[in-house]
Amino acid sequence: MAVHTSQSVAKAAGDDVARGRSRGTGNPPPPSRLRRALSVHWYAWTMVAPVVLVIGVIIGYPLVRGIWLSLTDADERNVARSIGVNKMPATYEFVGLDNYADALTGNQFLGTLGWTLVWTVSCVTITFCLGMALANILNRRIAGRSAYRMALILPWAIPGFVSVFAWRFLYNENNGLLNKMLGGAGIDGIPWLNDPTWAKFSVIAVNVWLGVPFMMVALLGGLQSIPSEQYEAAEMDGATAWQRFRHVTLPGLRPVSTTVVLLSTIWTFNMFPVIFLLTRGGPGEATQILVTQAYKFSFEISPRDFAQSSTWGVLILVLLMLFAMVYRRVLRTQGDNW
Amino acid sequence: MTTVTATPATAPAKHGARKVRKRGDRSPAASLALHLTLIVTSVIAVFPVLWVLLTSLKPAKFASTTDFFKETTFENYTNLIKDTEFLSWFGNSVIVAGLSTVIGVFVSATTGYAVSRFRFPGKRGLMWTLLVTQMFPVAVLIVPIYNIMSTMGLLNQPAGLVITYLTISVPFCAWMMKGFFDTIPREIDESGQVDGLTPFGTFWRLILPLAKPGLAVTAFYSFITAWGEVAYASAFMVGDENLTLAGGLQKFVNQYGAQWGPMTAASVLIAIPAALVFLFAQKHLVTGMSAGAVKG
Repeated sequence: MAVHTSQSVAKAAGDDVARGRSRGTGNPPPPSRLRRALSVHWYAWTMVAPVVLVIGVIIGYPLVRGIWLSLTDADERNVARSIGVNKMPATYEFVGLDNYADALTGNQFLGTLGWTLVWTVSCVTITFCLGMALANILNRRIAGRSAYRMALILPWAIPGFVSVFAWRFLYNENNGLLNKMLGGAGIDGIPWLNDPTWAKFSVIAVNVWLGVPFMMVALLGGLQSIPSEQYEAAEMDGATAWQRFRHVTLPGLRPVSTTVVLLSTIWTFNMFPVIFLLTRGGPGEATQILVTQAYKFSFEISPRDFAQSSTWGVLILVLLMLFAMVYRRVLRTQGDNW
Repeated sequence: MTTVTATPATAPAKHGARKVRKRGDRSPAASLALHLTLIVTSVIAVFPVLWVLLTSLKPAKFASTTDFFKETTFENYTNLIKDTEFLSWFGNSVIVAGLSTVIGVFVSATTGYAVSRFRFPGKRGLMWTLLVTQMFPVAVLIVPIYNIMSTMGLLNQPAGLVITYLTISVPFCAWMMKGFFDTIPREIDESGQVDGLTPFGTFWRLILPLAKPGLAVTAFYSFITAWGEVAYASAFMVGDENLTLAGGLQKFVNQYGAQWGPMTAASVLIAIPAALVFLFAQKHLVTGMSAGAVKG
């Protein structure tokens, strides 16, 4: 992937020469390794510095603090707070790994994890298949292609909370358009968001609706980068349409699809707004995924349970990192150098 | 793959028996099926948004009727602007999203360029960090970030939200820009250096102008992220006139209970700027993404 630019190679080499010479003449000791690294890499480091700084402060500190809280019994009643003019110091205590033991042995975490996995796998699979189908259709010569493309990307252009609101409007049990249409056809209204099973179906549908445009655009870009000679060659060899798809399109899309599947898995696993705005995790806890439940612990229950919320958050992070590592390992054994 | 046993002489004859079609041609039936699929999916994609638009044009008392048009009126819009702080929410959102976009694009471009062109200590770690950052659940970060912002006096300030949004959009955008820069030939950098440009000069004068599609996608993504974010916006901004649209609409939902009319009007007004940015970016979207996200 990244290779030295000729310039940085030359610079590094020049540096070595200079260093050798200075050592030869017995001048003051060569500059420290850090200084040397700085002189070679300073522009690269300058260019990434803003990102490193912002991520370090805004993500690094909260992460460290989150991990610390997950090892304590912090909740609303014992964290540092001020009531009027009185400042109450924090009185929570270090409890080791108790929170983790509780989470991993209790039913709540594992149950929520189960639904989160179902949610992630079904959303990513359906979104990917639909995106793949639509990208393939749009990649052909077809009348009105750009109009179709605009229409299909639209859900991506609308802010998430607006489209989730639009869907709530459609799903509304008494006045929503969907049930009115069913009613017109003589079918009883469906409790889209009020029945545990239907609610699960509904949130997945909305998330797929939101996710297809990204998938489609990414795959369409990938399709356009496959050289048409490969298709011609396959056709010369007598490959059927299916064989061309299977042996030319799919391998050609591999770099694209591995990345978008990884990203959309991560995003879906942590998809807070859809669940939160559509059902708030309800009815009951039926559609609660790990993130929304963790949010609930620290904002919606009383007393607010910061320790448990952090514990769940750290577990989410660990699970996703494990997933990313396994995913990359698998890709690497299959010959990707990513 | 398949071994061709037919002799060259018989092959054309066999083809001749069926109707010969050039590559890319298809039967009318196939065309019809494709168009039908596209029409159905396009309707599904557009309809929820369209329905909100149509509802916003009906008088509030007819909001839940199924007619497409009923006594078309703009009263929902005028009420919205008269009775609420909608315009200041809108202004706040424009400031926050605009700043996030400009800074986000610049920062992701420099980061993406550095990661694409230079080999430096910490590069692998940085790439991993950018990926891992996207895995962070809002729920864990929101309380500590709130504390940081209040220590720095950035609560209720657009700057606080801008910084937070950068942490959401920049990791993905930097990845995408890296992929995009990877597709720009290195010879261009080298020629710049031969002509005596510094690495920054090369980046600024030669590479950035070539990376416009990538920049358009990055801008689009940063804008949409900032424009539509709910959780941080409602936690960090308080006071009626400081809210952004996302926070404002939440307030509004409670205030109006089950009345859909004013809410649909607000939704339409919120969606318009996003759609405009989208229109501007969309012709670059496919090329930008194909080079970018993709080759990560």
